[in-house]
Amino acid sequence: MTTLTLSVNGSTRRVTTEDRTLLVDLLRGPLGLTGTHVGCDTSQCGACVVRLNGETVKSCSVLAATLDDGAMVETIEGVASDGALHPMQQAFSECHALQCGFCTPGFVITAIDMAERHPEGLSAAIVRAELKGNLCRCTGYQNIVAAVLQGAAAMGVPVPEREVSQ
Amino acid sequence: MNTFDIFRASTLDGAVAAFRDHGDAMYLSGGMTLVPSMKSGLAAPGLLVDLSAIKGLRGIAREGNMLRIGALTRFSEIIASADVATAIPALGAMAAKVADRHVRNRGTLGGSVANNDPASDFPAAVLALGATMVTDRRRIAAADYFTGLFETALEADEVLAALEFPIPDAAAYAKHAHPASGYAVAGVFVARFGDDWRVGVTGSGEEGVFRLTQAEQALQQGGIKAAEGLNLGELELLDDATFPAAFRAAAIGWLLRDALAQL
Repeated sequence: MTTLTLSVNGSTRRVTTEDRTLLVDLLRGPLGLTGTHVGCDTSQCGACVVRLNGETVKSCSVLAATLDDGAMVETIEGVASDGALHPMQQAFSECHALQCGFCTPGFVITAIDMAERHPEGLSAAIVRAELKGNLCRCTGYQNIVAAVLQGAAAMGVPVPEREVSQ
Repeated sequence: MNTFDIFRASTLDGAVAAFRDHGDAMYLSGGMTLVPSMKSGLAAPGLLVDLSAIKGLRGIAREGNMLRIGALTRFSEIIASADVATAIPALGAMAAKVADRHVRNRGTLGGSVANNDPASDFPAAVLALGATMVTDRRRIAAADYFTGLFETALEADEVLAALEFPIPDAAAYAKHAHPASGYAVAGVFVARFGDDWRVGVTGSGEEGVFRLTQAEQALQQGGIKAAEGLNLGELELLDDATFPAAFRAAAIGWLLRDALAQL
């Protein structure tokens, strides 16, 4: 067993867990944050993506007991503030970038990170390349790419006008 | 997963001692291969010796004509490194072709090279650049390091600490990625040191990564044009229904041309 002190969505959480516990299971179980999903459980689909110390990771492939004390975890539950959707969530809603919604938490976390890492600007080509680690089996990606660009534009990232959706 | 314990080592010596004491241990680096392998039952160690808290195993430094990259350095750090971009930009371009952005944030150079998956990218660069593997106890030349599929010259308890890459005059990598997994079906890394050419091929070798000596000799004798139309039919390549050996041989030929065209 290992006792961890983590910063989860800005709150300090102390939890004792088995060494074999995956970060995603720690989040969904003891920490009660079920917005992060387990899709494939084989490190491919990206439904479990969270930010760990400011970087996106597949939380189904990270052993919680290997995290440093004070490690920062950001999940989908921490994205909206004061009941208002994050601009990226708003864009996913407006662009119909989800159908069943199972993969959406991972996509939104990834999209916010992508926008923050490209202050110089985003294009559809960059978005498509950077979404390689996130799979959606409903939408066909067209609306997801449109949502990422619209959300990024709302976050102040330059996006070519013609590429922002309808 | 089976139950197991994790020991977070703070020193190399402590890691090796814990590994030896336990008897059924494995080292853990970024975990991007090992953790999925454990989840599917392909590996079931009783103890994971986590190397990620050991100071000095992570980072990139240029030292004269050599680029030293700590084994625990992540692919994302190789992509972002100014030292890599000026010394051996082909390594940054190669790192950007590994898996996806989330995996690159965790996966490490040393983990990839220690695992020696025949379809991973970096062994091609290690061999073509003639890198040196620096371990907790010795230095191993690339020519002596890769010993077969998922096999290396590392002893069971030996820890890869850093890789030293000689800086070439020019280098490039071209890859045919598997459309689903992203691993290399074939990948060709070319490097030129003065008049000396070296070519490493990953993804397709029956025994893992290998040097394409036919291409090296042709380049040496006739320059880039001489690499056209090489007969690669004699190579001992993996052969499966999706990617037959003949396809792989053709792919190596066109990837060699692609890599040379980038120089």
